[in-house]
Amino acid sequence: MTDIVDQATTTNQAVTTDELWAITTQVEVTSAPARPVDELWNPAGPGGRPPTPTTVRPQRPGPGTPPPIRRPIGKIGRDDVLVLLGALLSSASIALLFFGRLLPLTGRLGFVVVWFVVFIVIYGLLVSITDNRPAVVDRVMAALLTAATCIAGGALVSVVFFVILRGWRALRNTNLYTQDMSRAGPLDPLTVGGISHAIVGTLIIISMALVFTVPLALACAVFLTETRGKVTELVRSVVTAMTALPSIVAGLFIFATWVLVLGQPRSGLAAALAISIMMLPIIIRSGDVVLRLVPGNLREASAALGAPQWRTVWFVVLPTARPGLATSVILGVARGIGETAPVLLVSGITGAMNVDPRENPMMSLPLATFDFVRSPQPSLIARGFATALVLMVLVIVLFTIARILGGRPAGRLSKRQARRATNNSARDLQRIEESHSAATPTSDDHPPPPILDDLEPTGVPS
Amino acid sequence: MIATTIPSRTQDVTAADPIEIVETRGRGDKAFFGGIGLSGFLVLSLMAAVGVFLAYEGLAALRVAGPSFITTSTWQPDANTGGFGIAAIMPFTILIATIAVVIAAPIALGTALFITEVAPVWLRSWLIAAVDLMAAVPSVVYGLWGLFLLQGQVIGLSRWLNTWLGWFPLFSVSGADPNSPLSSASVYTASSFIAGIVVAMMVMPIQCSVMREVFSQVPVGEREGAFALGSTRWGMISVVALPFGRGGMIGGTMLGLGRALGETIAVLLIISPRFDFTFHALEAGSNSVSALIAIKYSEASDFGLSALMAAGLALFAITLTVNFVASYFIARSRSGAGSEA
Repeated sequence: MTDIVDQATTTNQAVTTDELWAITTQVEVTSAPARPVDELWNPAGPGGRPPTPTTVRPQRPGPGTPPPIRRPIGKIGRDDVLVLLGALLSSASIALLFFGRLLPLTGRLGFVVVWFVVFIVIYGLLVSITDNRPAVVDRVMAALLTAATCIAGGALVSVVFFVILRGWRALRNTNLYTQDMSRAGPLDPLTVGGISHAIVGTLIIISMALVFTVPLALACAVFLTETRGKVTELVRSVVTAMTALPSIVAGLFIFATWVLVLGQPRSGLAAALAISIMMLPIIIRSGDVVLRLVPGNLREASAALGAPQWRTVWFVVLPTARPGLATSVILGVARGIGETAPVLLVSGITGAMNVDPRENPMMSLPLATFDFVRSPQPSLIARGFATALVLMVLVIVLFTIARILGGRPAGRLSKRQARRATNNSARDLQRIEESHSAATPTSDDHPPPPILDDLEPTGVPS
Repeated sequence: MIATTIPSRTQDVTAADPIEIVETRGRGDKAFFGGIGLSGFLVLSLMAAVGVFLAYEGLAALRVAGPSFITTSTWQPDANTGGFGIAAIMPFTILIATIAVVIAAPIALGTALFITEVAPVWLRSWLIAAVDLMAAVPSVVYGLWGLFLLQGQVIGLSRWLNTWLGWFPLFSVSGADPNSPLSSASVYTASSFIAGIVVAMMVMPIQCSVMREVFSQVPVGEREGAFALGSTRWGMISVVALPFGRGGMIGGTMLGLGRALGETIAVLLIISPRFDFTFHALEAGSNSVSALIAIKYSEASDFGLSALMAAGLALFAITLTVNFVASYFIARSRSGAGSEA
């Protein structure tokens, strides 16, 4: 506790009131202070005692004064839209003029950049007609932030659509999903050969990696949340640092131990081990965050009922955090499924179907993509894009499942879950009452037990 | 009915002596703590083993090379003459990662602020999902995108930068003549710059989600205090949100840097390997430690493999340092202190 406080005080960057005043824009003084300012700050005259802070209450406006004009907050007015549209249109016209007529400029990228720069200038100018400087800065910065988001979103959209566009031709052939590449040469048309070996290989590798990582990662996440001390902090910081472990290093590690020291063959199993090394810190890290979000009063309620800690964890903490834990596992899988380098290193490239993870190379989808696009053959490149598309669809499906599961904060129940919990606790209450009344014979001086139907089970969020 | 009997107070009872509270653990709890402690230890030792085994395997090569491992720029461990070292590939790795972070960090910051401060509430969850999805897109897909789409677009930008800013070493390209209309575009392909842009797309979502996490923890009181004093939205961001999130901003940026240093496949797809380091980021040819390992491991002898392990160890050491510094900054930010409670 104390070091938290220490940390908070040493790194305290609380905003001083002066700074806040410096950024205020429109503080309207409705009436003048009753006393002159000099007297207010130094009541004993120059050279007297230090000034005492005084609060001046603004006086009520007289009956004749008009009410102050309210500034609309949080609404987009007609003027805002007009200013925005005007700036967009005029900057586009100016940029077109530059590029088409006045200057020898070409290129789409340059056009967009010039358009944006001119837009920012015109937008700032238009806003400055009606508003003061802080408002102009605010609008311009909002436009810049929006632009940053548009760049990021545009990149994502272009990645997704580009892969769809290039892979569509190969994706339509059903033999892509049913055949492998063992009988298809580089010059064969898209109607021969497919990526079934990579699909099967990916599924085998990722399931094995899941079996290896999930129990260990969840136990370690519980370790990080349920214990405190130097060791816990050490494990936490090591795990955090390892989340960005280069995937090729994970591959090299398994290569050094599994293949070189232990003398095992390069195989799907080795690839699964390498991917496990990579996924482990990712799942632990996000699992730790999710478990910490479990409300403390649930733990305390369980402890107050006399449960030992392991029962608290098993029956309260883990079930409460289940959707979040599922999300962190799925996100780890989404990262692991797309890794190419470890599979390349410890499993190797093959064109044939291999379902035995103990020996011989096993292909995964990202590795197949990589292998296809290294070739100059257009049909192989099209296959590569189709493989990437299959991989991306797989990732997006996993991702959507994770979002649906993890959409709710820990401890918040859906309607059906809440109803079930209510029924459960009502049944529990009935059971307790029955066993109690069976154990102690009712005597006349005890009041009758309350009627069940009147009871509203409490403590269940609705 | 459950009846709780309240002990009745008797007159002659004095205050009880304070008793010592001892935390006793039952057998179940002992097993439980033993189990999770074991898992923590296992994870810790697994992570330590990564470094130990790389060092062990790389030792043979390091012993032969000695300090020349740091000063040699060629990579010919199996030839008797050439020698091998990371003097070219490590600076190339850092150059690509730096370009990536310089491009990604402002976009990540802008997107994070847009999500937490500017975007309407209904849009926020969609944007967060989109950023998380960007982080989950496999790197090989970004590599494809960079190789087949971006490269063609960026050549124009590279040519422009070289023409107008070519006096600056970073933007100069040897072999390019901006005045000749016949000059080939191939001097601008497969460069560190293009690889850096592609890696930037990969690290941006990581940086963005760390920053967004921190900005979303800005205390409501301070935020509303700024608004109540009449601040504009940007005034609030610059005086409340940015100082509050400084630790997260630095930490997130460095976490992205760590990721960028280790990126393999996308870099491998784009660059054409070269072993003489140049600051000319726009020039064709580049390299990185992880790409080198992926290229060379299949044809390497035992000694060559050991040399690759040594290079991997160097990469491991650098990323680990960067990540530790990153987590230090994230943990020290005020936002980290709040989540302990």
